[in-house]
Amino acid sequence: MTAAASASRVGLVVVSHSDMLANGVAELATQMAPDVTVLPVGGTEEGGLGTDYGAVVEALADADSGAGVVVLYDLGSAKMTAEMAVESADDPSLYKVVDAPLVEGAVAAAVAAQGGAPLPDVASAAEGAAGEAPVSTPTRPTLHLVPDAVSAEVLLTNEVGLHARPAALLARTVAELDADVVVRYGDQEANAASVLALMGLSAPGGKSITVVATGKDAGEAVRRIEELAERGFDD
Amino acid sequence: MGCTAADVVAALRAAAAVVQEHRDELVRLDQAIGDADHGENMKRGFTAVLSRLDTEPPDTPGKVLKLVATTLISTVGGAAGPLYGTAFLRASAAVGDAAELDRDTVARALQAALDGVFARGKAVVGDKTMVDALTPAVTAAASAEGTVAATLSAAADAAEEGASSTVPMVARKGRASYLGERSAGHMDPGARSTALLLRAFADAAAKS
Repeated sequence: MTAAASASRVGLVVVSHSDMLANGVAELATQMAPDVTVLPVGGTEEGGLGTDYGAVVEALADADSGAGVVVLYDLGSAKMTAEMAVESADDPSLYKVVDAPLVEGAVAAAVAAQGGAPLPDVASAAEGAAGEAPVSTPTRPTLHLVPDAVSAEVLLTNEVGLHARPAALLARTVAELDADVVVRYGDQEANAASVLALMGLSAPGGKSITVVATGKDAGEAVRRIEELAERGFDD
Repeated sequence: MGCTAADVVAALRAAAAVVQEHRDELVRLDQAIGDADHGENMKRGFTAVLSRLDTEPPDTPGKVLKLVATTLISTVGGAAGPLYGTAFLRASAAVGDAAELDRDTVARALQAALDGVFARGKAVVGDKTMVDALTPAVTAAASAEGTVAATLSAAADAAEEGASSTVPMVARKGRASYLGERSAGHMDPGARSTALLLRAFADAAAKS
C-alpha cells in the first residue's frame, strides 16, 4: 500500500438515536478495520435518545482526512439530521449519507475503507450489504478453468475459522492487490473482497477452503492468504 | 399594515407558550403511534428559542425566523428538529431582508416552508405527517384576502382540519409507519403541532 493511501482513508460516521448503539456499531466496525476512523454520534446533548445536529456536524469534519466520509444512520430522523449536516458542510461532496443496514453496512464500509477504496466504492460497499446474497453456488464455469487462475487449498488452522475478524483480515489482504479472488468452501463460493460473503461461507477451523485468484497479483494474493492461514489469522 | 421583527418575536413567544401548554397532549398523541418524545422535544426546542430571543433579539423578521430554525435544528433531537428547522429556514430565505411582512410575503413564506418539509422528509399528503396540516394551510393562505392576521387565521383553520384528517390515516412515514394499520385512529402529533403553531401565530397577529 502506498503512503498516500494509508494517510487518507475514507472515514465513517455512525449516527444513531442511541449513544450505546452508535458506540457498539463503531466498535464492531473498527475491529475489522483498525486504521479507519469510525466516529459514533448517538443520543442528544443531554444524554437522552435522539440525534444531536451539532455533534454530527463536528463528527463529519473530524472523520474526514481528505478522502471523504461515509455516513450511516439508524432511523428516519437520524437520516434527516445527517443530511442537514452534510448540506451545511463547506464541501457537501466529501460526505455521502448511505441507505444501508447499520451494522452490516458499517462493517462492509469499514473494510472497504481499510483497503483504501475511494468514497464512491466505500459507499457502494455499505449499500451493497443490504440485499447481498453473501454466498452463491457457482453455476458459471469455475475460475479453476480460467487459464491464468492461481489456486490453492488452504487449511484454516485457527479455532474459529473464517469468522468475523479473520474474514476481515482476508478481505483486507485481497483489497490491496490487483487480483480477483474467490473463496470456496463445500459447494459455496464467496467473493473474497466481501467480508460478509466470506463470513457467510461458515467455514470452521480445522477445515480447508479453496482460494482461486486471477489478475496481475493472483499469485501474490494466494501466497498472502496462505501465510495468513498459517499464522492462524493472528488469533 | 405588516409584521415587524418585534411582531414575529411576539408570535414566537406565543407559540412557545402554546407548545408548553400542549406538551402533555403531544406526548400522549406520540405515545399512541410513535416514540412519545414529540411534546418534550418541542418544549425543549421552543424553550431554547425563547432564551435565544431574550439574549440576542434579531432586527428583521427573516433573522428571527433563521434564529428559530438553527435553534430548533440543534435542540429538538427528534424528526421535528430537522423538519421544523428546514421549514423556518426556508421561510426565512423567502422573506429575505424585508423589514415588515405583508400578507403576500407571509403566504410565500408558508409555501417555502412546505417545500422545505417536502424536500427534507419526502412525505406527501396522506402519509399521516405534518404535511397533512401544512399543505391545506398553504393553499388557504394563498387564497386568503385581507390582513396578515386573516391570512394566518385561514391557514390555522385549514391546518386544524388537516390535522383532524390524519386520524383515520395509516402512517407511511416516520416512526408511526412501523405500526402499519395500527397507526389508524390516532391524530398525527406532527400535524397537531403544526396546527397549534399556526393558530398561535394567527392569534398573535390578531393582537398586534
